[in-house]
Amino acid sequence: MIEIINLCKTFNGHEVLKKLNLLIKKGQTQVIIGRSGCGKSVLLKHIVGILKPDSGQVIIDNQDITRLNEKEIDRLRLRMGLLFQGAALFDSLSVGENVGFVLREHTDSDEITIRKRVRESLELVGLRGIEELAPSELSGGMKKRVGLARAICARPDIILYDEPTTGIDPIMADAINTLIRQLHDKLEVTSIAVTHDMVSAYKIADRISMLYDGRIIESGSPQEIKDTKDPYVRQFITGAARGPITD
Amino acid sequence: MKAYLNRLGKKFLDALYYTGGIVLLGTKATLGVFRPPFKRRQVFAQMSKIGVDSLFIVTLISLFTGIVLVFQSAYQLQKLGAERFIAHLVSIAMCREMGPVFTALIIAGRAGASISAELGTMKVTEQVDALQTMASDPIHYLVVPRFLALMTMVPILTIYANFIGIVGGYIVAIWKLGITSSMFINSTFEVLTLKDIFSGLFKSLIFAAVICTVSCFEGLNARGGAEGVGKATTLAVVISFVLIIAADCLFTAFFYFV
Ligand SMILES: Nc1ncnc2c1ncn2[C@@H]1O[C@H](COP(=O)(O)OP(=O)(O)OP(=O)(O)O)[C@@H](O)[C@H]1O
Ligand SMILES: [Mg+2]
Repeated sequence: MIEIINLCKTFNGHEVLKKLNLLIKKGQTQVIIGRSGCGKSVLLKHIVGILKPDSGQVIIDNQDITRLNEKEIDRLRLRMGLLFQGAALFDSLSVGENVGFVLREHTDSDEITIRKRVRESLELVGLRGIEELAPSELSGGMKKRVGLARAICARPDIILYDEPTTGIDPIMADAINTLIRQLHDKLEVTSIAVTHDMVSAYKIADRISMLYDGRIIESGSPQEIKDTKDPYVRQFITGAARGPITD
Repeated sequence: MKAYLNRLGKKFLDALYYTGGIVLLGTKATLGVFRPPFKRRQVFAQMSKIGVDSLFIVTLISLFTGIVLVFQSAYQLQKLGAERFIAHLVSIAMCREMGPVFTALIIAGRAGASISAELGTMKVTEQVDALQTMASDPIHYLVVPRFLALMTMVPILTIYANFIGIVGGYIVAIWKLGITSSMFINSTFEVLTLKDIFSGLFKSLIFAAVICTVSCFEGLNARGGAEGVGKATTLAVVISFVLIIAADCLFTAFFYFV
């Protein structure tokens, strides 16, 4: 279970998160929608503890990550996987080394097992035989998928996806949505996915929340969000150029 | 006036923050050396990148330095009829001063710049964040191998530079100044003490620590895309240069008195 309580974060005078509250139950897939620049990536970085809040708490299975020391945070982080918006692959390592990074650095698994797991993870995201390539040799969408393979390779029980389907063609995007759904159904991982892609949001979400002006302004099941009366949420999900958000 | 004082205060605080950051990073890197897991492969990769790739330019520069030293000192010493002190001058100047300082400046320009550019790029493309989310400490994973590599390669290159510089001096002294080979070699060994060599090596260790902490600090604190990386790289080199010369001044004075 992940519980975010009154989270506040200001960057040089610019208030990005203003007392944000959110509760994600174990095994749920929570989708967060919101306009570009509203603080979705910042929120994810608080959950893995690479950004420290000005005030507020992020509680993961009864541990407040904002108050743990580095060692305890690292132990929690090993249970999490984060897909970065820009993939953030290590460009000094090959694709295979990237995907197997956590297994190599933090487990005693032998090389054969690691290679097998790397291959499986890459196949899950529809990639094959690219272990020896350098990240710079990949296309943008491939990098994103390798990033996803890296996030899931160590079989974390919490996965955070920052825009898993952007930059990926619609067919592959649907395969990724299916993958996220499968991880949820079969392995019961708790996930948080940030996305602008409403098709993907409806497909993968148990709950959808909209982040606006530093707060969650509405949460609900996909159906509830589709039928929402809130004019802000309405404008966002229908993609209207005019409405309360822009006026 | 008040605004000026405010600015001054802020500058002072920034400087304090910077110094604190550098010292902290240096301490963490030093402690990290003794903490497993040891990244042997990364250390060797960095050693070859820093040491082997700088070999050619170190050779070139120390050779020229030795040659210039001999010409310049001959110009003075010949007037006094004291040519036999040329070898003394070259070997002492190389080992105590030119070798350590020039090598450090070359490494700061080459390796220091590349370290801050590499770490800076990793920082702005969120690779450093990715390391952290995968429970690997960026200091342990990125800084410590570079620290170890610099702490070994800079002194080794310094010894090499000392040698090449003296060889440069030797060549000129024999060919152009009519000093005999045995006279040059004898007076070199006669005058050089262990203290000369070790005070130079001690300084080169300090310089290596300076280069590593400054370049890594600048890299890891880069922000704002390619421009930020460029700025971090420039700053890393400039600050390393200034600190190397300042530290040299300090320790030279120190070794003069002890
Ligand atoms: N490290 C940082 N330093 C300063 N400001 C930051 C930093 N990270 C994010 N911000 C600011 O926080 C705000 C939210 O950024 P964030 O990356 O979370 O947006 P986002 O919702 O993920 O947008 P997008 O959908 O475009 O990815 C932005 O205005 C950004 O300028
Ligand atoms: Mg984002």
